[in-house]
This record gives sequence, structure tokens and C-alpha cells, in this order.
Amino acid sequence: MASSSKLNAKIPEGTLESKWTKYRSTVHLVNPANKRSLEVIVVGTGLAGASAAATLAEMGYKVKALCFQDSPRRAHSIAAQGGVNAAKNYQNDGDSVYRLFYDTIKGGDYRAREANVHRLAEVSGNIIDQCVAQGVPFAREYGGTLSNRSFGGTQVQRTFYAAGQTGQQLLLGAYSALQRQVGMGAVTLLARHDMMDVVNIDGKCRGIIARDLVTGKLERHFGHAVLLCTGGYGNVFYLSTNAMGSNVTAAWKAHKKGAFFGNPCYTQIHPTCIPVSGDHQSKLTLMSESLRNDGRIWVPKKQGDNRKPSDIPEDERDYYLERRYPAFGNLVPRDVASRAAKERCDAGYGVGTSKMAVYLDFAFNTERYGKIEATKHNLHNPSKEEIMKLGKDVVKEKYGNLFDMYKQITGEDPYEIPMRIYPAVHYTMGGLWVDYNLMTTVPGLYALGEANFSDHGANRLGASALMQGLADGYFVIPYTIGDYLSEEIRTKSIPTNHEAFVKAEAEVNERITKLLTIKGTKSVDSFHKRLGKIMWDKCGMARNAQGLQSAITEIQQLKKEFWSDVRVPGEANELNSELEKAHRVADFIELGELMCVDALTRNESCGGHFREEFQTPDGEALRDDDNYAYVAAWEYIADSNFELHKEELKYENIKLAQRNYA
Amino acid sequence: MSHGNMNLTLKVWKQKNKDTKGRFETYNAKGISPDMSFLEMFDVVNEQLINENKEPIAFDHDCREGICGACSMYINGRPHGPKGAVTTCQLHMRSFKDGDTIVVEPWRSAAFPVIKDLAVDRSSFDRIIAAGGFVNINTGNAKDANNILINKDDADDAFNAAACIGCGACVAACKNSSAMLFVSAKVSQLALLPQGQIERQDRVLNMVKQMDEEGFGNCTNTGACEAECPKSISLENIARLNREYSSALLTQNKIHH
Amino acid sequence: MSKPGFASSSIGKKILMGITGLFLITFLLVHCFINSLIFFNDGGETFNKGAEFMGTNWLIRTMEIVLFIGIFAHIFLALKLTIDNRKARPTGYAVVNGGANSTWYSRWMGLLGTLILMFLIIHLKHFWVVSRFTDHITSGEETIFQEMMEVFENPLIVAIYCASMISLAYHLLHGFQSAFQSLGLNHKKYTPIIKTTGVAFAILIPLIFASMPLVMHFGIIK
Repeated sequence: MASSSKLNAKIPEGTLESKWTKYRSTVHLVNPANKRSLEVIVVGTGLAGASAAATLAEMGYKVKALCFQDSPRRAHSIAAQGGVNAAKNYQNDGDSVYRLFYDTIKGGDYRAREANVHRLAEVSGNIIDQCVAQGVPFAREYGGTLSNRSFGGTQVQRTFYAAGQTGQQLLLGAYSALQRQVGMGAVTLLARHDMMDVVNIDGKCRGIIARDLVTGKLERHFGHAVLLCTGGYGNVFYLSTNAMGSNVTAAWKAHKKGAFFGNPCYTQIHPTCIPVSGDHQSKLTLMSESLRNDGRIWVPKKQGDNRKPSDIPEDERDYYLERRYPAFGNLVPRDVASRAAKERCDAGYGVGTSKMAVYLDFAFNTERYGKIEATKHNLHNPSKEEIMKLGKDVVKEKYGNLFDMYKQITGEDPYEIPMRIYPAVHYTMGGLWVDYNLMTTVPGLYALGEANFSDHGANRLGASALMQGLADGYFVIPYTIGDYLSEEIRTKSIPTNHEAFVKAEAEVNERITKLLTIKGTKSVDSFHKRLGKIMWDKCGMARNAQGLQSAITEIQQLKKEFWSDVRVPGEANELNSELEKAHRVADFIELGELMCVDALTRNESCGGHFREEFQTPDGEALRDDDNYAYVAAWEYIADSNFELHKEELKYENIKLAQRNYA
Repeated sequence: MSHGNMNLTLKVWKQKNKDTKGRFETYNAKGISPDMSFLEMFDVVNEQLINENKEPIAFDHDCREGICGACSMYINGRPHGPKGAVTTCQLHMRSFKDGDTIVVEPWRSAAFPVIKDLAVDRSSFDRIIAAGGFVNINTGNAKDANNILINKDDADDAFNAAACIGCGACVAACKNSSAMLFVSAKVSQLALLPQGQIERQDRVLNMVKQMDEEGFGNCTNTGACEAECPKSISLENIARLNREYSSALLTQNKIHH
Repeated sequence: MSKPGFASSSIGKKILMGITGLFLITFLLVHCFINSLIFFNDGGETFNKGAEFMGTNWLIRTMEIVLFIGIFAHIFLALKLTIDNRKARPTGYAVVNGGANSTWYSRWMGLLGTLILMFLIIHLKHFWVVSRFTDHITSGEETIFQEMMEVFENPLIVAIYCASMISLAYHLLHGFQSAFQSLGLNHKKYTPIIKTTGVAFAILIPLIFASMPLVMHFGIIK
């Protein structure tokens, strides 16, 4: 297999270990005087966007940062709970850059680019240093050093954390760095602004059209480069752990203007989420993977067992992850844990009223911690109650906020009875195709963080999303953008009355008018829910050719219906949430179709993409490395017409193997 | 579509934009389930309104898991409603009774002007952070993280202060619209950590100056902010802010012009 | 970049409020001590000596001026804060459930203070004006003790004094610990002690003050 001529990943020559160091030292630079006249637009202010905008401004570029939220601090990175990985080896347990690289490639089921992943592992340590220097209050040991915990798919402790609010603390660190630049006038902040389209001039990305969400006014913004740091598209499923506003619009507009979309079908279903409680549900809430450090997952051994969990004796419980994967136990990667939960529930062993849940039980480890504490406090022969109380305090310190959140949502106390959990859509490994510089197939247009496809292959390991977002923003783009901008120092700011801007704005305007004048009978949400159901049923945790084919037809039908029967109340020149949602759902519908096309084309199972036709006798994902060891980069040709380009994945340092966590 | 069997009367503040006057509108929320969040109840009402060709109610919300700080409803006289230590999105309808009348207002403060209905402009918070809520360090200058040892208790206290989600409930709850709890949380976080020492004095002076310029009121220690804070940020932080501020003014060996 | 003066900043104002408040608290303590000399029940002999000392000692006389400055500063700051705070919320809430998050007296410090001010005017007229600006006392025509006995014959005045002490109690209940908080004196070990002391002070001092007109009115102290 050879890569498509339209795709040049620009991976530097040299050994894996030397590629980044050498490249970083030889990439073109822009001198400080020229930086002052180069303008960069950063769309999105999550970990990737805020860190990129702050760092580029520190370097001297003129930066504009946009977010649709009312403040950059509210980007959904804030909700990441468990932690951030880094190959520091502070625990002296054999961690190294290579091991983090290896775990990530293996965890991604051998569908990620070696060079990118190695670079990610190399800079991971710098991220921790940078965040600590900013005053991010990571958890610490009594001696004052940083604390670590374990996450799925690894056998070392390399996850740095701040209780169950790591994403919040990292984002607030990046946000404060960004606000520092805003205060100094180096960044122009445009909150409550939606990116509506990108503007290309002579084959290069030269700016964007944005909508001021308060006044509804359309704005034209010029930039020598545009960085899309707009997150993932999990909300295509309607119900996901994403924020209500998380959307694909920026990436999708870029896609329709020439940026190829990489591996759209790779979606991550997170194994530990609070189950759906009714059809009113607007979103799903994650219970951090870190809980699997201390929680044991089980279902009754008997089908349809309606006893209370406490009444089910030990020998009638099936700790199915520990049974199937003794080496990793409850800490198998997310895709494996999710499928195993689905398998048990589909086979009739599920618990709770819906029977679509499994138990995550802390009793065993609460008792274990209690015993340790009792020994520490010199308590001899403590009663079971005393032990459990001491253990509860330990569990509370580690996961208190998560337990409170669970109780608030379900009305049940997880200290007393096991949590009920079920997998839910959480993250999208797919995204805009980018080269080693993080540039899309449109020159000058970049994608960072979850918005790109680059580092996680077909499945992301826990605590690696924060790592990638910050790596891209703090330590990759500040170097790699020089490769492009050094060629742009002679390009003067293009006035926004240029015909390309005028045309792009007119198109956006036309679309807004169209949406407002359909005046149909069904709400935007009703279409979103229907799309979500199609996607979850047919392009969710398990997929098959027949289902995907029918999904494509259904989505095309849904699209027609949307554009003839949607009801968008209100006007264009005001704060209009329904209009915002309508734009987003329209794009989700088109993306949904591409996801199904991609899933249908990939005749293998890998990571989060599980095709029922391709599995081992044990029900594990069965890859086809001979035919599918490639990145699928889709080019938009016309509506419902996408062309596949393949980037061959070459493994020069890691031997491809069937993943084995048993 | 019916989801449950609670029926409620809502009195909600409606205001077209910042330049127009607002008023209360009454809505009926029918078929509400006790398992819904308060915002999901609003989703149901808005869906009904759209079906009846009426304008839905605008409100800020995003993560719906209590961490982004976007949601901001003043419910029956209290920010984020009747339960302590939760955001509006984590408030569930089981906290209300069938037949209840619920009054919902936006945050009220000169520094938080209403944009539309229940959505307000909280960019004053961003400007306060921009005035000094950071450590002045450029990317790439950091030393190895474990070279900075930090006492665990200090680290924990800093974390507890840093847990602030910037929702503004403290301002909404305060009878004086004071932003002291918000400002003190950030000042405390950085004052407690070695990384924050270098600019400790300038930081507190600049942030308080910005806070005053934004038009927030003065703290009179009623403690309403702490009681209503969804993250239970402690009043101890306000005391620390007072201390930091006066000691900076008294001891700083430079004259500001 | 210019920085606002200490006194015009929000924290400066509250610190000054706290300092003046604590100063007035120490005044209350001294005032209460001297007045308690009536409880010797010796026809006002000890008390009158104390009162004479207070009226003639140059240090005390100087402090009296400082005291008035303190009172005026406390009142002025309170007015300024109230006006500023009104401006900070131009549109109020339709429904406020303040009881759910704070004590009523912490929210009504301004009203309690106004009641105390009104009392203060009556009280000064009764005793201070008489002793400083008339020769009523200095001429030896009457002692301060006798003046008190006369004033407290009127049951209405006794009732006003007692009611005002309730206002003072609630004002102190919030004000005492609030002053320490404003000065940044908050400590895991000592704050509970400050709070307990504050509650004790807020109950005891006004109680002692209120007992004085009562015991005189009912002739227990003669």
C-alpha cells in the first residue's frame, strides 16, 4: 500500500528518538520583528487553544482567540477528571518515554503514527513542569513531591492529578496564561463568538467568518494562519459526556473547504458513565477512569438477578474483567472494558431497572484501605464498622467530588451501595487530518488537540487527552508553525473587503436566512435526538455492514427532512440558541454520514471501531493489518460524496501484534 | 411527550437584550420527572414553547456536570436554588414538590449586565484574572516539577481555593454584589504556593483594583457567598485576601504612579 | 499604572470599618467597666469618683476626641459603603431568601447601626451634654449618679435604653468577629476562640448596660 499523493505527513527523517529534537532545531524561524506583523487566529480556548494562543502571544505573534462560551475558562477541557500522563518515572516503576510511546501505540490498537506519538511522549514531562510552574495545584505526597496514580492500559503509575478535577486545574492554568496575554494586549479575546466558516484565498487559509452570538452580527477576521482547537464531535450521538455546546462545526466547515477528515469512525465509548435514566436526558456524566484503580467491576453470575447487590454473595458475582484479563484486570483500556460491559448486559446479566448497567464496587478497597489506616493508627482488632469508616475517609479524599456528583445525579450513596455504570460516548480519536506540523491539507489551517486525528490511533488511553491538548498547544505548534509562517513574512494583512471574505460571509448569511425561513414543525433537538439514535444503534459500540448501510440511508433522509421541516424560532440579530444549535446539528448530520461511510469502508475491527463481522473467537477486535494499516483521510467532493485517501502507517520501531491484556 | 408527573409553575425573567426592560413571564412545566436536572426541566419547557411557536427562554449552560460554571439561575431567592454546594445543572427536580411555583431570575449585579433573559455578561471576572490572576512565566521556562517541593496541606488548601468555577454565585448571593470570594480564591491559591511568591504583592493590588473598577460592591462578611458557593470555597480565603492586600500596601517598597 | 488609595479601595474601607469597630468595642468595655461601679451600691460614691477621673484626666479627654472621630468615621464609612453597595446592584431581586445563607443581623447592620446612632444622640443629650456643656455637675449641684437616677425614673426612657441594647447586641454579634475577618485575622486555631469571645461579648456587655437603667428604675441601686 502506498500513501495517497495528496497526503504528505512531512515526518522528519532520522531515528525515532532523534526526529523531534533534530526537527525542532532546524525548522525555519521567524524573527521577533516579523512576528509582530503576523496574525494568528485561534478558534477554541480549551487546553489546546488556550495553551497555543498564550504561547504564540508570548512569542510575539498577534493573536485573536475565539470561543463560543461566555469565557475561555468554560471550554469543555474543564470537565476532564482523572489526570494527565507524563513519562517522568517519579515512581521509579520503570516508566520511560519509550514505554509511554509504546503503551499509547498499543492502546491505540496500532493505528497511530509512530513519529507523532513519540514526540508526544517526549514532551509529556515538560507539560507537568510547565503546569507546576504556573501554580497548578496537583496532588502531592507528604514529602512535598508530586503524587501519581494508575490509568487503564498501563502497568506503571504515570498519571498526575488534582483530585477528580485535573482538567479544570490544567485549563485554569492555561486560561490564566491566556488572560495574562489578554491583559498585556497581545491576545484579542472574542468570547461568545462562533466560527461560521473558514476563508481561503489562493489555496491558503486566510481567515474566518465569525458570528457574535450576542448581537448576531457576522464578522470577518483575517489571519496569516488559523488554528482550529475546537475539540471533538462526540455530540453527533446526541447523548455523550461532551458539553451541550461541543460541536463539529468549525472542523466540518474546514473539511468542506478542503481539509481532509481523518478516521471519522474512531469514537471512544467510555466504560464508566452514569447510565441513562430517562428520555429527558440531555447529557451523560462520566465517572472518572481513575475510579477503576479502586473499584471492582462485576455483574451477578445469574441472569436477571434482582437481589440487592449487598445480598449477592461473593461466589455468585462475576468479576468479568478480572476473569477475562487477569494481567490488567479492571484497568484494561477503555474500548475493551466497554465492550465487555456491553457483552454482559446483552447476554442478560445487566443490573438496575434498565438492566443496562454493571456494578462498580468500592467495598473491597474501602476495607483494604481501612485496614491499612487501622494499622497506621495502631488500632488492634478494629471492628468491621471502624475499618469501613477509616477506609471511607481514604476513598473520600481520593474521589470525594465524584462520589458527591454520583449521589446528586442518581440519588444513591456510592459509599454504601455499588455505583451502577454503563459505557457512553466520550471522545473522538478521529478529526481533521494533519501532518507532523499539525497542518491540515489546507495550507495555513491547523488543527490541534481533539480536533485533529493524530495521536491516539483507534483508541485513546485514559489521561492522554489532556497530555495531547497541552503538548500541541505549548510545545508543538509554537515550533512547527514557523515552518509555514517563515514563508509568509512578506504577506501583508489582507483587507477583509477582499472578495473571498465577502463571498464567504454572504454564504453564511444565506444559510442563516434559510434556517430561519424554513419555519417547519420540528425542533432542532428532535432532529438531534433522532440522529443520535441512528448513530448509537448502528455506528456505536458495535457496527456491522448492514446496519451502517441502512444508517447512511436514514441519515440522508433525515437531512432532507431537516432542511424542509426544522423550526428555528427567533431572529438572526440577537442571542438565539436555537439558531446556534441548528447550525451545529446540520453539520452533525453530514458528519454522521461520513462516519458511517468510514466505518463501512474499514473492514476490520480496531480499538473503538468494532465491526461485528471481524472478531476473534473470544470476541476481541480482529485487525487486518495487511489491508487496513492506514489512516483514512476523506476529501469532501460534494454532498454525500467523499473520496478516500490513504496514509500508510509504517511501524519501524514497534512490531504489530494482536493486543493482549490477558 | 410526558416524562413524569410533576406539574410546576415557573415565573421567569424575560428580557430581550441589555437595552430593553425586562419582566416576569409565567410558564407551566408539565410532566416533569423528579430525576430531571433543573436545566432539563427548562429544556422541556423550551421544547413546548417552540412547539407552540413561542420564543424559548435563553439561559447559559454547557457542561451540565457542575464544573464549567456557565449555568447561573437565581431560583426562589437563592443562586443555584435550594440545595447547597451544587450548580443549577446538578440541581434535580426531586428537590421540588409537585405544584410548586418557582421564581427564576438572572444574577443581579451592575458588573453582570443581563444579555438576554437569564444570561448575563460575566466578562468582568475574566478582566480581574487578566489583571493579575496568573504566574508570570512564559512557556518553556519551567524547571523539573519535583524541584519545587510543596507542603501537602498548603497544596491541598491551594487546590481547594483553585476549585472555584467562576460561576458568580458569590456575587449573586451577596447583598452587596461583592466579588471578594472569587478574587480571594485566586489570590489565595497563588499566595499559598511558592510559585506565586514573586508577584504576590502586585497581584493582589492589581486584582483588587480591577475588582473595584468593575463596579462590584463591598464585602460586609455576611458569609452568604460561602454558603451558596457550589464548590464550598471558604471565607478563610477572604480573610487571606484582606491580609495580603493590607500587607502589600504597607510593606511594598515602591511608589505607584 | 495608578493604584487607588487605601481608604478608597473596597478592602481599605472594610479594614477601616473593622478598626473603628474594634476601637468602639474597646470603648464599650471601658464605659461598661466605669458604669458598673454603680453596682457597689454605695449611693454612687465609687462611681462618681470614677466619673470624675474620666472627666478630668487629660489622656481620657484626648481619647474622647479620638472616640468621636472613630464614631464619625464608622458612620461615614457605613454610609459610603451602603451607597456604593446600592450602586453595585441597580436592579434588585423579586424574591430573596437571605435567611438560607446568612443571619438576618449580618444583613441589617446598617439598620441596627442607625438605631444605635439614634440611641447615642438621646444618650449623649442625657449625660454627656449635661456634664460637659453645663455647670450642672461641676458646680456640685448634682452628681452624675443623681442625674442617672433622675433620667431612669421615666419608664419610657428605660424601655428605649433596653431596646437599644438589643440592637447593640445584634450589631456586636456580627460586628465583633466580622472586624477580625476584615483585618484578615483568620486562623484555624484562633478563629473559633474569637467567635466564642465575640458571642460572649455581644451578650454580656449590652446585658450589663441594660441592667443599669433597670436596677435604678426599680430602686435596687440607690
